[in-house]
Amino acid sequence: MEHSHAVVNGETRSLSGAEPPLTALDWLRGIGLTGAKEGCAEGECGACSVLVARAGVDAPTEWTAINACLLPAASLAGQEVVTAEGLGDPDSLHPVQREMAVRGGSQCGYCTPGFVCSMAAEYYRAGRCEGSEESGFDLHALSGNLCRCTGYRPIVEAAQALGAPEAGDHLSFRTTAPPPVSAPVRLPGYVRPADLEEALALLAEPGAVALAGSTDLGVESNLKGARPGLLVGVDHLPQLRGLTVGDDVVEIGAGLSLSEVERRLDGAVPLLAEVFPLFASRLIRNGATIGGNLGTASPIGDLAPALLALDASLVLVSAAGEREVPLAGYFTGYRETVREPGELIGRVRVPRPLAPVAAFHKVAKRRFDDISSVAVAFAIDLVDGEVARAAIGLGGVAATPIRATEAEDALVGRPWTAEVVTEAAQLLGRCGTPIDDHRASGAYRRAMLATSLEKLFAEIGGAA
Amino acid sequence: MSRLSERPATAEVGVARPHESAALHVTGRALYTDDVALRTPRLLHAHPVCAPHAHAFVTRLDPKPAYDIDGVVRVLTADDVPGVNDAGTKHDEPLFPTEVMFHGHAVAWVLGESLEAARVGAAAVEVDYEPLPAILTVVEAIEEASFQGMQPRLERGDVAAGLERAAHVFTGEIDFAGQEHFYLETHASLALVDDDGQVFVQSSTQHPTETQEIVAHVLGLASHQVTVQCLRMGGGFGGKEMQPHGFAAVAALGARLTGRPVRLRLTRQQDMTMSGKRHGFHATWRVGFDDDGRLQALEATLTSDGGWSLDLSEPVLSRALCHVDNAYWIPDIRVDGRVARTHKTSQTAFRGFGGPQGMLVIEDVLGRCAPLLGLDPAELRRRNFYAEGHTTPYGQEVRHAERLTRAWDEVLTTSDFEARRAEIARANAGSPHRKRGLAITPVKFGISFNFTSFNQAGALVHVYKDGSVLINHGGTEMGQGLHTKMLQVAATALGLPIERVRLAPTRTDKVPNTSATAASSGADLNGAAVKDACDQILARLRPVREVLGPTALWDDVVRTAYFDRIQLWAAGFYKTDGLSWDANAVQGSPFKYFAYGVAAAEVSVDGFTGAYQVDRVDIVHDVGDSLSPLVDIGQIEGGFLQGVGWLTLEDLRWDTSDGPGRGRLATPSASTYKLPSLSELPADFRVALLERAAEDGAVYGSKAVGEPPLMLAFAVREALRDAVAAFRPAGDSVELDSPATPEAVFWAIRGGRP
Repeated sequence: MEHSHAVVNGETRSLSGAEPPLTALDWLRGIGLTGAKEGCAEGECGACSVLVARAGVDAPTEWTAINACLLPAASLAGQEVVTAEGLGDPDSLHPVQREMAVRGGSQCGYCTPGFVCSMAAEYYRAGRCEGSEESGFDLHALSGNLCRCTGYRPIVEAAQALGAPEAGDHLSFRTTAPPPVSAPVRLPGYVRPADLEEALALLAEPGAVALAGSTDLGVESNLKGARPGLLVGVDHLPQLRGLTVGDDVVEIGAGLSLSEVERRLDGAVPLLAEVFPLFASRLIRNGATIGGNLGTASPIGDLAPALLALDASLVLVSAAGEREVPLAGYFTGYRETVREPGELIGRVRVPRPLAPVAAFHKVAKRRFDDISSVAVAFAIDLVDGEVARAAIGLGGVAATPIRATEAEDALVGRPWTAEVVTEAAQLLGRCGTPIDDHRASGAYRRAMLATSLEKLFAEIGGAA
Repeated sequence: MSRLSERPATAEVGVARPHESAALHVTGRALYTDDVALRTPRLLHAHPVCAPHAHAFVTRLDPKPAYDIDGVVRVLTADDVPGVNDAGTKHDEPLFPTEVMFHGHAVAWVLGESLEAARVGAAAVEVDYEPLPAILTVVEAIEEASFQGMQPRLERGDVAAGLERAAHVFTGEIDFAGQEHFYLETHASLALVDDDGQVFVQSSTQHPTETQEIVAHVLGLASHQVTVQCLRMGGGFGGKEMQPHGFAAVAALGARLTGRPVRLRLTRQQDMTMSGKRHGFHATWRVGFDDDGRLQALEATLTSDGGWSLDLSEPVLSRALCHVDNAYWIPDIRVDGRVARTHKTSQTAFRGFGGPQGMLVIEDVLGRCAPLLGLDPAELRRRNFYAEGHTTPYGQEVRHAERLTRAWDEVLTTSDFEARRAEIARANAGSPHRKRGLAITPVKFGISFNFTSFNQAGALVHVYKDGSVLINHGGTEMGQGLHTKMLQVAATALGLPIERVRLAPTRTDKVPNTSATAASSGADLNGAAVKDACDQILARLRPVREVLGPTALWDDVVRTAYFDRIQLWAAGFYKTDGLSWDANAVQGSPFKYFAYGVAAAEVSVDGFTGAYQVDRVDIVHDVGDSLSPLVDIGQIEGGFLQGVGWLTLEDLRWDTSDGPGRGRLATPSASTYKLPSLSELPADFRVALLERAAEDGAVYGSKAVGEPPLMLAFAVREALRDAVAAFRPAGDSVELDSPATPEAVFWAIRGGRP
């Protein structure tokens, strides 16, 4: 039972008894740290936001805000956690807490500890204040936190009033040292395996489920009572954490969080760069992985349409070795794929060169952090006013993400003109089998498919 | 000026102060009901057994299988109730029903050593149902004549003559949605029974006295055997005015039967599935205007979706009828109101309490009719404003109507309204796929509970021998800053620095017989009661001060008074004078005063998708002479955005199919029901308090602020209509759904749903 403890607000706390389905949130609340709250239990409201020390992109360690309601408590073994209580106390407020308090950033106060933690993560982001007099605060850091009282204006002003951490700030200092080691852990119901080999062996057992950010599994557990036999942590495995941008292919480790991918790609794949800010919230992206997103095979996951448009393929890893499958052939039905038991998504491969025209249209009720009614990803190559290549990925219109092949065929080899676009748009509007549900009517979904191409045409202009 | 409204030259009221618990909020130290529960030893956890039908008889309920589950301690059913099996004040809400009235209705509760044990135990309880036909929409209810409660009629003048006189008569219909409260803290209760059988319930409740009464009648106890405390709430918005009682009663029943503390906290899905929401309404109307666009007559029928029981539906309907005029003089008017009974959650109070629904009707009428009259909507609205001397359709004088025009003119000026409108028209002409819209709308909102008796409050003020002060009042804190204001009122009344005053949690054994903290009245009522108590103490201290001299320090005066055997604590009381209300006739002067406000909003709309954003909002709002400006600005901004959520984004859907899921809430979670997030904050958001607005007769000249700003959000709805109109042929009347989701806006641009 190595590492059956976690360091919380600087104190070592035992994880004894912290078996799944106990969440990190309930564990923290159970040891008296009731600042973090359960507002929704599905990673939508951020009232449970806490900070964990993770390997950083721009610094050795980063204080990363996550939804504690989704993460199994056991996965905190050997990790370092900071909650709102650990940031400051009423007599000596943390700078984030001070700005929130004096500006009226709290009314009922229930969402406040979560906002404070999300804000603190961005406060400590390396390079936030560099090269500017402004606070440099990226408000996307707060996209996963809901407040029902304030209307957000004072919260935004608090964020934008933040200066750089002072010298001697121990949490800032902590980011300069290496992150906690992800040592092997074996707790009842949860294992963090020593290596990929052990992980694959465990995953071959009945009832075992791969666990990364737990942003989907946590919802299944909290809202639907899913109780997998064994959770196998995989997001620490080095084989799943690589990222290379080569001349012919971009390879992305399936165990990297979307936030890590976003920052490490740094715009190298423009279509994905458009998706990331629209994909759930920063809190979710800090946990969610590409492997998890494609592994759950949701028909409306926003990444799949984009990766389909990019002609991506997946490298599936098992004890028997590796195999590469094109994403277009990966989905076989509603939440079903060609992935066999014991197989793990290892890497995603995106071939280069990329099509020069890339666009991601997400239609949803809310502008950010909403689930798509329809998602459309375009990767189009125009040569001399003619469509040389067109790939269109769709989400939310069928049992699986799909390619709009008929619309693509109507574009390729033809001039990029209003007439051609209108014709292709009509074909696009007939793609899939959009349904009526609480998010949108089928008629609206069909209309959105068609107008998405017209909108793209209006935005980039016709053939010159 | 009345003594109550007189403000000393230097006063703690009027100072911009952060929330009194801000430092506790930001550090995670502020305790809420369920945080206390987790600190309670030997705790039991409660989980409901929810019916999977919208309407059904329970034909058999067998709790025995639950007892086979490890950790299940007790299953609570109707047989366990020693008192009255009812959770409401109208005796139409069985706590353990034999007839299921909505999908998710709890028919039993399971207590477990852990929540997981209770959850699994609840799933093991065997229940047989005989499904019955279910009515889900207001339209279905109207067809089936399924109504409940009073059917009031508001009438003035001769509506037939008014319509006859009118040069232009239009008719219309609108069916608009309710709203989920989505307080971040779901319903929570913690009940304990002490050695003497005294029941102590901590509850997230806006109405501790009524929670106490319901717990008492379910347990068959007198009120003095039950104490209810509310430390603070993580938001209420009306959702915790009447809805907490049944949950508190279940926890109390469990504690009484087991002798152990019982925690009942709903998950978000349970809370959304089981607790009431803002009423959606259906309205039909016929309106008449003269050639100048002046309203001549309005005839309307408003039918609210009350859900399965009456709850607060009747007073909500009353307030809707009392606000269908909003800011407009309508000489001849007749509005009929009725409450539909549907098989859904029992819809309840929600910030505005029917006011927003009434106003939506008239704002929709004006927004739709302006192009038909060939008038600019802003001009049409302005032309119909109340003027001094006018009365409302229910017979109350519209006092301070000039504040409405003052706020309107100020917003027109500060928002540079006319110039921007011209600029927007030019820009729209050159932008086929993206249009901007601009609109300005007023709010007039009546303050006081319609039901006169509720307009009373009590307070308890203790001065200790060391000069420190502890106050207690009947109001509850849900984030609205009431406690902050009460500290400021007490400090002002006693002439002390605010640090000398502390506030103790709301408890029914401190201040009894309280009214709900609702109707925006918390500060008006409790503030006056706190001030009354302080004034009593000051009056008793006066002889001491006369002896010690005017320069004597407070601490010395207090100490001397103690030795002189002078009572250093006082119970304060307040009732609002001059109110009258006949609920049957829908006539009287139910409101102490009106709160006014005006908002101008600019939006931009994408013609390809209907997606939009709010680019700029300018607000001038009347809070009287503010007790606490930071708190009041926060209420205005927060209320406004909550209103924007109701009108644009928040989309409650039920399964209305004939399938097995009929009646199920299809949006029972944060992932399916979206409320405004930071991205909905207007890019440019300017809020100002109306100046020279002191309110005579209210505490320190202030006005209530909780509800009225929500209705400023009509400016956004009307701006969306304006932007849609820019896509449409000139002169088109634009019909817009509510909520005006991107999909609704898209179809409005296309001229209607396919």
